[in-house]
Amino acid sequence: MTNVLINAPKTAKKGEVVEFKTLILHPMETGFRAGTNGRTIPRNIIERFVATWNGKEIFRMEFSPAIAANPFVSFFAVAGESGKITFRWTGDEGFAVEESVTIAVA
Amino acid sequence: MKRASVTRLDRRTFLAGTAVVSVLPLSAARATPEAMAAAIREVVGGKTIREERVTLDLPPLIENGSTVPLTVSVDSPMTEADYVKAIHVFNEKNPQPHVFDARLSPLNGKAAISTRIKLGDSQKLVAIVETSKGEFFSASADVIVTLAACLEDII
Repeated sequence: MTNVLINAPKTAKKGEVVEFKTLILHPMETGFRAGTNGRTIPRNIIERFVATWNGKEIFRMEFSPAIAANPFVSFFAVAGESGKITFRWTGDEGFAVEESVTIAVA
Repeated sequence: MKRASVTRLDRRTFLAGTAVVSVLPLSAARATPEAMAAAIREVVGGKTIREERVTLDLPPLIENGSTVPLTVSVDSPMTEADYVKAIHVFNEKNPQPHVFDARLSPLNGKAAISTRIKLGDSQKLVAIVETSKGEFFSASADVIVTLAACLEDII
């Protein structure tokens, strides 16, 4: 997917604390704004962001409409083993995007 | 003379009345300090919250409320015995009191998260942190917003 940006180290030492920075393209429409026709624009937000390391959950965040458009989230994790880190965003109107990065832990 | 003062009073009451009427529908749709306190109570229960160990970092003067960088970091060893379980952020004057809830574990190694949020008005933000020991810590920040989110033109 081209609408996701992830900044993660490719390699890490075992036990090192590494930072993950994620950005996803999304309007995060609050459901409190009126459009040009005066009607309220229906809410359309990402509700949940979950990160897993080789299938094990390492971070979870529940969003509210107060998260800015194109949500950016950064967090840390301990490098335990080499493998795949998967980021998953789910939200209103069936929104679901998944993106993975691989990391080599030595 | 007497009559003039009576009409002035009438006009004043009339104006005050219209002001109240026009403000009411707006305020009904907004979170209030009370709503924030209620949302915090829901998370914390009756436990005591100590104002320490947490840093809530965001600019004190915000030009555009649509994207406000926010960082919450907690002074915690992040070991199996003592780690940060959850970080909650609340606001006073957006339409809803919740901003986000994040869940952490010892796998994070460092209890610090950053994101970007929307702010509808100058207000107070509160971060509540829950540790694995069942303790609650908090930090708050007052911010001034010159251009609120939700007010930008919709094309």
